[in-house]
Amino acid sequence: MSGPGFFDIPSDLQNSYLGLVGLHVEEALIPVAIGLAVALPLGQLCVRFSWLYPPVLWITTVLYAIPSLAFFIFLIDYTGATRTTVMIPLTVYSLVLLVPAFVDGVRSVPQETLSAAKAMGFGPVQRYLKVQLPIAVPAIIAGLRVAVASSISLVSIGALIGNQGALGNLLQDAILYHRSNLALNSVLTTAVLAVLLDIALVLLRMALTPWMPRSGRAARRAARDAAVEPAGRAALEDASV
Amino acid sequence: MIQIESVTKRYPDGTTAVDDLSLDIPDGSITVLVGPSGCGKTTTLRMVNRMVEPTSGRILLDGSDITEQPVNALRRSMGYVIQNAGLFQHRTIVDNIATVPRMLGWDRRKARERARELMGRVGLDEALAKRYPYQLSGGQQQRVGVARALAADPPVLLMDEPFSAVDPIVRKSLQAELLRIQQELGKTIVFVTHDIDEAIRIGDMIAVMRTGGRLAQFAPPQELLSSPADEFVEDFLGTDRGIRRLSFFTSDGLALERGPVVAVDAGAEQVARATAAGAPYLLLTDADGKPLGWVAPQDAAGGADKVAVGSLLPYGRPFAAGRESLRDALDCAVLSPTGWAVAVDEQGAVAGVVSQEAIGAAIRSAHAGQREDGPAVPVRTTKAEVAT
Ligand SMILES: Nc1ncnc2c1ncn2[C@@H]1O[C@H](COP(=O)(O)OP(=O)(O)O)[C@@H](O)[C@H]1O
Ligand SMILES: [Mg+2]
Repeated sequence: MSGPGFFDIPSDLQNSYLGLVGLHVEEALIPVAIGLAVALPLGQLCVRFSWLYPPVLWITTVLYAIPSLAFFIFLIDYTGATRTTVMIPLTVYSLVLLVPAFVDGVRSVPQETLSAAKAMGFGPVQRYLKVQLPIAVPAIIAGLRVAVASSISLVSIGALIGNQGALGNLLQDAILYHRSNLALNSVLTTAVLAVLLDIALVLLRMALTPWMPRSGRAARRAARDAAVEPAGRAALEDASV
Repeated sequence: MIQIESVTKRYPDGTTAVDDLSLDIPDGSITVLVGPSGCGKTTTLRMVNRMVEPTSGRILLDGSDITEQPVNALRRSMGYVIQNAGLFQHRTIVDNIATVPRMLGWDRRKARERARELMGRVGLDEALAKRYPYQLSGGQQQRVGVARALAADPPVLLMDEPFSAVDPIVRKSLQAELLRIQQELGKTIVFVTHDIDEAIRIGDMIAVMRTGGRLAQFAPPQELLSSPADEFVEDFLGTDRGIRRLSFFTSDGLALERGPVVAVDAGAEQVARATAAGAPYLLLTDADGKPLGWVAPQDAAGGADKVAVGSLLPYGRPFAAGRESLRDALDCAVLSPTGWAVAVDEQGAVAGVVSQEAIGAAIRSAHAGQREDGPAVPVRTTKAEVAT
């Protein structure tokens, strides 16, 4: 006789395996999405008024230092033992990661590129949308990768406040039902999710930034091609005075 | 015409970058602002497209104050080229160039067509159209920068040290290209550089600025070289301005000698006649009249066909008769092992040879001619020659 299988979820969780996966992804990604939506304007303000950046950075770092459990205990009085209570701290953590990512990304736009845009008659809004934002994409996605990975792993802690931890709840059930395969399932699935989402973000970045040097080899090929300057040679022969 | 009228710029920190500057920038020619680093060149240029607003004074474009039109319309009527090109790294070359036409509402196809046409004009292979800036060399990027500035065919081009970041060889070819394009398009170009050689090479008019943002001298290059306004300008021009000034005299007036030139198949009799011309060496040419090298008359006495080509003295770099300047002719003569310069025609065939003494005489008479009727040689012709 064999016990319950690897993917058999105890009925107290009221979810199938895939249901838990969906729930986990949702609880992890909604906070990242909200964090991004707030980070973009907040980051832009920090770029625009550079005096704002240090205090914002300071506050967000302090918030980041608060353990999620402390957050839960504090919030539970207001939002109860709900998903919202789990997602609020995750939103804050995402925000903390994404604001500096955005600010650094925008600041990486070379001054001469901005000057050129201005000189070509781009207004401030066009400069933001058509120059700064696209060039900040790699930095923003780098921030998103960290935010998503940390969010995916932190959702599990929600298990501590009334089974709001999606795949994390399996850990508690593993103890409750003496089923170590549930714990293994929880850890493996979370890890696989994190890896898949990370790959998706890398693919997204590659799709959005065809203008970035791809790999060492591509960059070397580009450099070699660039070294050949066909038209320049001919003109050179005639250049003298 | 761009008229800068008593313009002063003081930055909030108290730096006076430009001090009571007045300058009339003529249409259809290249005006260079040159001076040591920090003398206010960039500030001056940026006041023309209102990236910087003057503290006092005003700037007129074709008679009306530049503040009278919307700032972005003003900027789109002026191409702007800067050091390191400032390309949009996230856009392809063709889309970089098409930026301003797109903003002016051209449809995408027409704008890209225009961009490709401009790539040809600035000497870029059309195969680069779909590349991104990181895939181009510094010189190529700078060409894209020029094409982008020209895209909407603005009457004015503002260029801030556009060629300073590329190596000297590429810089020379970019300068030649700019002169060639200017020959075709006749834009009003304001060009900023800290390099006096570059200023002399490309400027129709040169404004020398001194630290503190004041104008030291405003003159055409040959006048700057012949009569610097003061010690500052003289120092800034460097020690060899006499030699450099020769760039503005054509080699037209040089008396080229054909006597000492013999074809490689010439017999003893022809060699004897060439020797009688009195030159210390004879120049051998091939069947097409192209130079082969120098030989002493006694070594060729038995006929030029008996001379081993390998034993000839090298003829060095020949100069293009009439098209290159006296400076080139003198340079050739100085570098030649025989002290004689070889002049060639457009096909590269020998037009004649000329001694250092004869070049010296031509220089003296050119100077005398200039003293009588002012700057006689039209600079335009000399400059255009450089680029063709
Ligand atoms: N935004 C600014 N704020 C304060 N000082 C400036 C600013 N831009 C330039 N300056 C100063 O003004 C002077 C002229 O600068 P600039 O026009 O850039 O000179 P150049 O282009 O000839 O090197 C320098 O002393 C420079 O330090
Ligand atoms: Mg400057």
